[in-house]
Amino acid sequence: MADTFQPVAPRPAPVRTEGFVPWVRRNLFADWKNGLTTVLLVALALVLLPGLADWGLTQAVFPANAEACQAARGSGACWGVITEKWRVIIFGRYPYEQQWRPEIATVLMVAALMLSCVRWFWKPWLALMWLAVLAVFFGLMGGGVLGLEPVRTDLWGGLPLTVMLATLSIFLAFPLAVLVALGRRSNLPAIRTVCVVYIELIRGVPLISVLFMASFMFPLFMPQGMTIDVLVRVLVGITLFAAAYMAEIVRGGLQAIPKGQLEAADTLGLSYWQTQRKIVLPQALAMVVPSMMNNFISIFKDTSLVTIVSLYELTGALSLALNSDVEWRPFKIEAYLFITAIYFTFCFAMSRYSLWVEKQVSVAKTR
Amino acid sequence: MKERVPPKKHAWSWRSRAARGLVYQVLALLAVAGVVGFLAHNTQQNMQVRGIQSGFDFLGQAAGFDIGETMIAYDPSQSYGRALWVGVLNTLRVAVVGIVLTTVLGVLVGIGRFSRNALVRGLCYGYVELFRNIPILLQLLMWYLFFVEVLPPPQAAWNVADLFYLSKGGFAFPSPVWGAGHAWASLGALAGVGVGWWWRRRAQAAFEATGQDRNRWAVPVLAVLGGALLGWAAGGAPSEWSVPEQLAFMVDGGISATPEFMAVLVGLVMYTASFIAEVVRGGIQSVSHGQTEAASALGLSRRQQMRLVVLPQALRVIIPPLTNQYLNLTKNSSLAVAIGYPDVVSIANTTLNQTGRAVECIAIIMLVYLSTSLGTSALMNWYNKRVAIMER
Repeated sequence: MADTFQPVAPRPAPVRTEGFVPWVRRNLFADWKNGLTTVLLVALALVLLPGLADWGLTQAVFPANAEACQAARGSGACWGVITEKWRVIIFGRYPYEQQWRPEIATVLMVAALMLSCVRWFWKPWLALMWLAVLAVFFGLMGGGVLGLEPVRTDLWGGLPLTVMLATLSIFLAFPLAVLVALGRRSNLPAIRTVCVVYIELIRGVPLISVLFMASFMFPLFMPQGMTIDVLVRVLVGITLFAAAYMAEIVRGGLQAIPKGQLEAADTLGLSYWQTQRKIVLPQALAMVVPSMMNNFISIFKDTSLVTIVSLYELTGALSLALNSDVEWRPFKIEAYLFITAIYFTFCFAMSRYSLWVEKQVSVAKTR
Repeated sequence: MKERVPPKKHAWSWRSRAARGLVYQVLALLAVAGVVGFLAHNTQQNMQVRGIQSGFDFLGQAAGFDIGETMIAYDPSQSYGRALWVGVLNTLRVAVVGIVLTTVLGVLVGIGRFSRNALVRGLCYGYVELFRNIPILLQLLMWYLFFVEVLPPPQAAWNVADLFYLSKGGFAFPSPVWGAGHAWASLGALAGVGVGWWWRRRAQAAFEATGQDRNRWAVPVLAVLGGALLGWAAGGAPSEWSVPEQLAFMVDGGISATPEFMAVLVGLVMYTASFIAEVVRGGIQSVSHGQTEAASALGLSRRQQMRLVVLPQALRVIIPPLTNQYLNLTKNSSLAVAIGYPDVVSIANTTLNQTGRAVECIAIIMLVYLSTSLGTSALMNWYNKRVAIMER
């Protein structure tokens, strides 16, 4: 009996699951329905994209030449309108020779915002730095110090105004929001009622009605002979509006703190404010960072509404630049795309950052 | 041994927590009352000095301005009150149509982010990020520009099957000419809804008693359609349609939506849908994968898994933020004032400029939105309670 060794047939190599081809097979051509969708979408892109590229790039006019733009109308974009008008769009009615001032002020403010996003800078002196930045910002914009020519606030406009309104209203609204949120969770019925009425009232009405109030009714509210700058009035309006929304977010965080912690703090003999400051708020605020960031994004977007009450921030400055200019008015859509890109850059960056923070917070929680 | 007498409890002390609470509350109320009183006093004085009249009597006066589009009959000789009512109806119209459309689009995009096709996923992601990060006002302005400048003039309108026309003049589509038969058809459909509701209750009861899961959609849908058809036939089967026609300088007939309405509607729908898509995605993601696996281990089909296990749990997470998005859409419709759609804000603004009654006009705007918001949230809270988990 000759037993010869018969090896079993080799197993086939494992199917590749990594790499480009398997990815395409799994994600684009998994079955016939999937494949059909892919083919249809690619076909659609092939129909649309060349036309778009033609309009935006190959047929487009880049120099600030109104005749060339007029000739290319309908077939190509006129980016020349941006070359021509970008200063008015970015800086509004600010005096032309003085525009280096808002330029520096905005760069400074945006830089400060970016630094504040970095963990390494989260130190007590950050607050001092912000005070300095704000002082320099208002000094540069308003003038009247160090031999700078004074510039009235109604001449401020464009991007500096947008950034300033968003930043300041966030800074001012945040402490107010924490107070109101604590008030809404308070045991004292009168304080609770006041806070609930404030929050629900503000959240029930659109921002524009609050802005109308700030611009039409605020002057009536003030004692006679006292006038308040329209910028301040609008800032107060946005702040009060934003604080109501933020308060609800903070309340969400407060509700997530287990009651046992409050009881433990009571047992230790901590007072109400000590409990809130040392036990509750640090945890609650860390918990609501992602939704808070979303709220900051919407405040940034909402500043565009002040154009309705005649402040020339980015959106308003654009109408200012083009509405009165017959030559360039037809190319408003290109100008709109330009400021859309600016808004998008800011908001998208903030939303990416919020994702990063969210990850940091969840990393801190896992052990 | 003498029994210890427990120390006498002070019924009241100025140093007790209750007393301090009372003091804080009184102080807070006084502060609020003081501020309100101060502002009211100033306002009254300012009004006297500037000769501004107050009161709501202006609502009865003739408005004197025309309104571009109205759902009810209106002409400039009618009162401010009527004009504002026209504005309220316009706001509600754009909000209701917008909420329906944005829900459909938002849910589709939200589900699309779970598609097995990478292109669909990418497209939905791009859509959400793009539309979420641009201010709604800017989007409305751009859509308005699109509807009044980019589109062809009416004589060269884009049209689909000679039924739908899109041009600078707006969007025109066919509509049935209203007849008595349509009222009957509506009644029939309403009866169908009743029958359908009764059927679903029976099916639910049968399911809970026997575990037999009957189809809950076919019969109600058939009942509604059948009821409408029966009513329509009973009412004499009116079959006249008003179809838009392309004339020399305009598109006439059918129902025509103005460019302003279209811009507000499309802008709000696209913007809000990007938020709703995120809400839907979050809701579906919140149901853990183990649930789906458990359901399939029980032998439920994919549809049953979705309907009986995943959706009921996802809905609980989805509904509260969805309500917020509906309210946001309604509130954002106030931006229509920027592109001249005659909503309540725009008409109140005109009224304010004509009569100078700032306080009253702004109060009207706030009241309209406040009541809409509170009404919607009451409705959604009721629905939310119905689908919420019954805890202990």
